[in-house]
Amino acid sequence: MSFLGKLTLESIPYHEPIIMVTLAAVAIIGVIIAALITKHQKWGVLWHDWLTSVDHKKLGIMYIVLAMVMLVRGFSDAIMMRTQQALATNGAAGYLPPEHYDQIFTAHGVIMIIFMAMPFMIGLMNLVVPLQIGARDVAFPFLNNLSFWLTTSGAVLINISLGLGEFAKTGWVAYPPLSELAYSPGVGVDYYIWALQISGIGTTLTGVNFIATVLKMRAPGMKLMQMPIFTWACTWANVLIVASFPILTAVLGMLTLDRYLDFHFFTNDGGGNAMMYINLFWAWGHPEVYILVLPAFGIFSEVFSTFTSKRLFGYTSMVWATGAISVLGFIVWLHHFFTMGSSANVNAFFGVMTMVIAVPTGVKLFNWLFTIYRGRLRFTVPVLWSLGFMVTFTIGGMTGVLLALPGADYVLHNSLFLIAHFHNTIIGGAVFGYMAGFAYWFPKAMGFTLNERLGKASFWCWQIGFYVAFMPLYVLGFMGMTRRINHTDNPAWNFWLYFAVVGAFIILVGIILQFVQLYVSFRDREQNLDTTGDPWNGHTLEWSTSSPPQFYNFAQLDPVTDIDAFTDMKEKGTAYQRRETYQPIHMPKNTASGIAMAACITAMGFAAIWHIWWLAIVGFAGTFVLFLLRAYDNDVDYYVQPDEVARIENAHLDNVARGR
Amino acid sequence: MSNAYASHGEGDFSASVKSYLVGFVLSVVLTGIPFWSVMTHQFDHMTTLWVVVITALVQIVVHLKYFLHLDFSKEGRINTFSFLFTALIIVMVVGLSVWIIYAANELMM
Amino acid sequence: MSIAIQADLHVAHAADHHDDHHDTSGNTLFGFWIYLMTDCILFASVFATYAVLFMNTDGGVSGKDIFELDFVLIETAALLVSSITYGFAMICARHQKKAATLGWLLITFALGCVFIAMEVYEFHHLIEHGNGPDRSAFLSAFFALVGMHGLHVTAGLIWMLIMMVEVLKTGLTNRSITRLSCLSLFWHFLDIVWVCVFTVVYLLGVL
Repeated sequence: MSFLGKLTLESIPYHEPIIMVTLAAVAIIGVIIAALITKHQKWGVLWHDWLTSVDHKKLGIMYIVLAMVMLVRGFSDAIMMRTQQALATNGAAGYLPPEHYDQIFTAHGVIMIIFMAMPFMIGLMNLVVPLQIGARDVAFPFLNNLSFWLTTSGAVLINISLGLGEFAKTGWVAYPPLSELAYSPGVGVDYYIWALQISGIGTTLTGVNFIATVLKMRAPGMKLMQMPIFTWACTWANVLIVASFPILTAVLGMLTLDRYLDFHFFTNDGGGNAMMYINLFWAWGHPEVYILVLPAFGIFSEVFSTFTSKRLFGYTSMVWATGAISVLGFIVWLHHFFTMGSSANVNAFFGVMTMVIAVPTGVKLFNWLFTIYRGRLRFTVPVLWSLGFMVTFTIGGMTGVLLALPGADYVLHNSLFLIAHFHNTIIGGAVFGYMAGFAYWFPKAMGFTLNERLGKASFWCWQIGFYVAFMPLYVLGFMGMTRRINHTDNPAWNFWLYFAVVGAFIILVGIILQFVQLYVSFRDREQNLDTTGDPWNGHTLEWSTSSPPQFYNFAQLDPVTDIDAFTDMKEKGTAYQRRETYQPIHMPKNTASGIAMAACITAMGFAAIWHIWWLAIVGFAGTFVLFLLRAYDNDVDYYVQPDEVARIENAHLDNVARGR
Repeated sequence: MSNAYASHGEGDFSASVKSYLVGFVLSVVLTGIPFWSVMTHQFDHMTTLWVVVITALVQIVVHLKYFLHLDFSKEGRINTFSFLFTALIIVMVVGLSVWIIYAANELMM
Repeated sequence: MSIAIQADLHVAHAADHHDDHHDTSGNTLFGFWIYLMTDCILFASVFATYAVLFMNTDGGVSGKDIFELDFVLIETAALLVSSITYGFAMICARHQKKAATLGWLLITFALGCVFIAMEVYEFHHLIEHGNGPDRSAFLSAFFALVGMHGLHVTAGLIWMLIMMVEVLKTGLTNRSITRLSCLSLFWHFLDIVWVCVFTVVYLLGVL
């Protein structure tokens, strides 16, 4: 065994021009960003105020930045797949050889689910939930920082695989026996395992943290059934995280043992049973899609009630419908593998349960409709995303009910119909929700509103592009085209493949417009300043603070007596009150422990992938030592003095008085 | 658990010791019975199976009550409910997984 | 005398920080409990796998051939007694009895070591006779399930060692008691997992 394990110079794919050009582009962008930071002398700010921050608001923003970078990466994979399929028809080979194409569709799935959607959702949750419940921060601020860096650690590993070695060629589910050592001897599956394992542990810790936060840190007087609906949706999502991510940890752990220590959980020989991997993977995987979509549902609820200036219709039924979806979400997972061929009773049970879960989801749609009904809906960007969601997600839901019939699923399984279905629900449900939430809470996070015109243009590109890109896939699915095909020679499919690639480019325009929107809004921020902290006439507590909120969130809160706590304060005239005296505020100090521990864990994961055992031991030991140092560090908190608090609060209230 | 944490009195000392001892004695009995019934082949196969499973379930409850201090008091309730929810998920995931794989195995024979 | 001073300091400390710190310790215990719930599900997944794979012996040994119940009974006894000795350590800690706390922790630690030593012996014995985890799916699941419990116990022992040093050096502060309470939850939780292990793996295995 050499000093660097399996790692050699040959591990760099320099014979692949596409990868080399990508790496060069990434390197150039990296150098430009580093140069800009150096030029503006922002390294200190970046380190002290951001990377080491334990402030939930800053961590939320960093999560969303990570999600956007990963969106670009995942979308690049998507558009490469679409162009490859459009070019590689009638016996042409296209420009992506199979072994590269296989890595691309695997990376696309993993990145979009684990490193785009999850960080986006967790970012919005970090930003908003503590503010909505009137908390100072989350229950465990340092743990929150560590969770973020563990997620980033996974993202770093998966991106290293681009330039060192390879990524898995198994599809994002990595089913054995294909993902076993016998059939995937390279490091691709190991990258997959360690990237998911490390970020998954980070996500589990986030779930623990936020459950403790909403149960223990609510504002005085706020009952559970008075929490804002987005917070409720996130709470159910966190319950699902805590209940399902350990299953992923376990199943990945078993695959690791198979690959590294010659165990026989899922192998062909030795009595292994690959079906058990598929079973456990989806016992996590199905709750995972609800983890993604439930917070999005919460965002739509907030958006509709804010922009109709009405109370949300059916708050209580909304909370319980979300709970019902969460529990039912745990007994439908087999519909991902009806074709495995378990008994008719098993398939029937899971088919029926899958249809049942459409009921609480329907309850939610009606609640939104009744919220809009007789309201004065303001057609802002968040509302457009929400309306786009309602139409698109309903179509996705209905094709889902089709797939819930085991008989129909036997025909459509692994076809492009399935691909169209889940993109219809995940893009139309989760992504549209995050976009709505992004536009809705952006002024709260940054202190200025986003450009509406560009936002609307971007929305229409996404919306139209989505239909042009994915409706053809339903057709292709019916025509018998299966997923993950590198090249085709069926002339009947060509038209629809060309059709779909146009849609991908329309979405590309939408994404570019979003970045242009960010640039323009930042450039014109002086004109769009949010001085009151309440740009939309909001209902909930996050709008009662300044934009961006003070680092301590709230100086002092009166007892909450209503679901729409801020509306209640505005009606009673108790909003924007000047106080005579303030209490000192107890705050956690920023710390480099999180990023340092995650760096050690990244080194450990990298070493495990390449079998560099000395480095794995060093990484593990380093993590342990850093953890102990953190545990026995007594310099972790400080107090903000009352005069300081009074100064900040009065400055904000002066601003509000000027703004109104 | 959190209420046990708050207590400091002297009478409380012997009460906590007593609670642990009761839990311990119950656990010893509930461990002894299944080992004894399996090692001595006292009953037929099915009876032994039920004895083993039931004593295990009872012992888990004993541990939860006497060692982990789960209860339905105002402060302790949330811990108990989170455990019950977890237990529900475990029953669903383990039970359905076993059903799925055994049903599939039967068709593979 | 020193105990009394410590208790006074303890009260003064708490008063100084309003009820922030009391809250923090409540939050920590609750957060740790939720973490234990995730651990429950982790174990449940491996139990489910064991339940599915335990008959897949691939022509090798089955549970009936390799499990020795009297050996397991001693392991069980060690762990069960360690549960109550930890309980005594915890009671002493809450009453600020430093020496007694350390004594009970030491006994618990020793019992935990006995358990781990016996498990290592069992594993070594099995591997030596060609019945390692690479032999069959049954043995893979057995080693993973029992080994995962063993790793948890080992982690608990390391944690206990660190806590003994902490108590020795800083005394029974608020922080130490919170941490000891978390370890208490962890240790008792592992005993519950062991009840499931000896029932499902060993007793039902030889039945």
